Amino acid sequence: MESLIKDLSEAYGPSGEETLVRTLLEDLIKEHVDRTFTDNLGNLFALREGPAPLLMVSAHMDEIGVIVTHIDEKGFIRLAPVGGLLPHLLVGQRLRFKDGTVGTVYHEKLKEIKELDWSKLYLDIGAESAAAARKRVEVGDLACLHQPFAVLGERYLGKAMDDRAGCAILLEVARRLPPELPRSVCFVFSVQEEVGLRGAITAAYRLNPGYGLAVDVTRVGDTPEAPLMDIALGKGPAIKVKDSSMISHPRVRGFMIDTAVAAGIPYQLEVLERGGTDAGAIHVSREGVPSGTLSIPCRYVHTPSEMVDAGDVRHAAALLEKLCATPWP
Amino acid sequence: MYLEELSNLPGVSGDEGKVRRAIIELLNGQPVRVGSDSMGNVLVRKEGRGGSTRAMLAAHMDEVGLMVISIEKNGLLKFKAVGGIDSRVLVAKTVRVGPDGIPGVIGGKAVHLQKEAEWKKPYEVEQLFIDIGAKNKEEAEKYVKIGAYVSFDTGFAALGDGCCLGKAFDDRAGCAAILELLMEKDGPGFDAAFTVQEEVGARGARVAAYTLKPERALALEGTAAADTPGTAKEKSSTMLGCGPAVSIMDRSLIVNREILQQIIKAGENAGVPFQFRRFTGGGTDAGAIALSREGVKAGVVAVPCRYIHSPLSILKESDYKQTVNLVRAWLESLA
Repeated sequence: MESLIKDLSEAYGPSGEETLVRTLLEDLIKEHVDRTFTDNLGNLFALREGPAPLLMVSAHMDEIGVIVTHIDEKGFIRLAPVGGLLPHLLVGQRLRFKDGTVGTVYHEKLKEIKELDWSKLYLDIGAESAAAARKRVEVGDLACLHQPFAVLGERYLGKAMDDRAGCAILLEVARRLPPELPRSVCFVFSVQEEVGLRGAITAAYRLNPGYGLAVDVTRVGDTPEAPLMDIALGKGPAIKVKDSSMISHPRVRGFMIDTAVAAGIPYQLEVLERGGTDAGAIHVSREGVPSGTLSIPCRYVHTPSEMVDAGDVRHAAALLEKLCATPWP
Repeated sequence: MYLEELSNLPGVSGDEGKVRRAIIELLNGQPVRVGSDSMGNVLVRKEGRGGSTRAMLAAHMDEVGLMVISIEKNGLLKFKAVGGIDSRVLVAKTVRVGPDGIPGVIGGKAVHLQKEAEWKKPYEVEQLFIDIGAKNKEEAEKYVKIGAYVSFDTGFAALGDGCCLGKAFDDRAGCAAILELLMEKDGPGFDAAFTVQEEVGARGARVAAYTLKPERALALEGTAAADTPGTAKEKSSTMLGCGPAVSIMDRSLIVNREILQQIIKAGENAGVPFQFRRFTGGGTDAGAIALSREGVKAGVVAVPCRYIHSPLSILKESDYKQTVNLVRAWLESLA
């Protein structure tokens, strides 16, 4: 899965502009499912047909990024965040636009570093004038972090592991599923999760699923002086109990635990105090959908270098495969 | 212009009846189908070219205002804000209270009686009250009930070089623009929603979009202009006189890329000047519409207005007219 995760991590897809990463995903998954389709917001659906009720498995393909709000007469570009991105992480960071245009971020003069906010940041794409800048970039264009993927021993480091690691797991499971399934499974690569689970809202409405699962990253508490969180890298995928978007359905959570135990797959239980996943939107769709979340522990979430453990990713794929191929209670 | 008539009507969120009736009255006899729903949204279908594209235009009828929450022994009224209001601008403004529009004024402690420390801090809502000239609670209760809506009492006026002054341009400007497009003979077809309760969370638009099932939608808005002294252009969001403001993103919506390109192209082809909104906060009906049912491609076009969410705002008539032109050009580009 390493090269798959590398390709997905490095792909371009800030919230609202997911077409490149969607094309990549569609090309990779279409031969392993019965059909693929998209909707008005840009969600990608990959359906394996089987008996009802349908299981919706969602991983979001968007990533945090920035949007261009203004280009000044010298060609410097002003930015606003798209998703939860802290301005100080961007100083000296390269950004990339859809067409490959790259620039670097710096700030206006500051008396103290704590004065740094988004209004003080600008992007320099090396243009000598507004006209030159506007040949490459326009107001409203979106950029992602520009950061190469790296393998560090048993760990993967890269941008957008949130949630391309989840996308990679869905792809891997789609490849492995047997010809006959106990029920329909629709893999959804959703848009605009980072700005409020928006793609999952319309995707769940369309599919009207019987069950919902999100596959997404979660925070860890295993780094120096980290806020208390009982999740560590390398101890297996996490089965979510609760976050600020959803309390996992007890039947779904119980089935996830039982399945992991029966298959000898290590897991951790997750209580995330702040944050949400697509399952937060799915479980309140229409008449309500029993839902849960399979989480990949991840360090440095929402920074240019997010770190996940290769074993956690493998175990998450193994557990998701069982969850898709086993009849649910 | 319908803006004057609509601006002068009270219509705080949840109390849009007078605006709704005025809009329905104006549309009476026009070749459009008019209906309303249980929340009070007005839904209109105009047949015409491009009518099959299922495009929806939305503007909200409601405005920010106040609500009476208690009547004091001395006949003064305590109140809370409905929608996002800058409480520092409330004192000494005239208002209209309740369905009969009882005149009143927002009072605070007179400056002579304030301690020095009080001068330095603006009034908070809790320190203010509405005075309707009642001598005591019993008399006030004859005119006002708890829960009565309070709207600002600012009359529409022409001002300076093609400017208009009035209250509630957010979003009566959008309502007036949609009315103009509905009245045009031979114009493009579309569905329109005049929505309720946008200022408290785009509540009307959510159900209006569910009913209309559009494929694409534009919210027409009045948006903040901050082209005032001491604000650099990149921090001004929008400027008066530079044409309609096209949104790229706000708190509720990342404007659909296809819609954004359609608007830009339509504006360029029709020679309509426009500006981008250089601010990514705030929310509009388009955010709720985009998430309706299986999803809707949505965008926002707005008339720049100075001093919105206060008792008065100022807009430039040319910006308003170009907003109508830009939206018409967009609708025609779909046909």
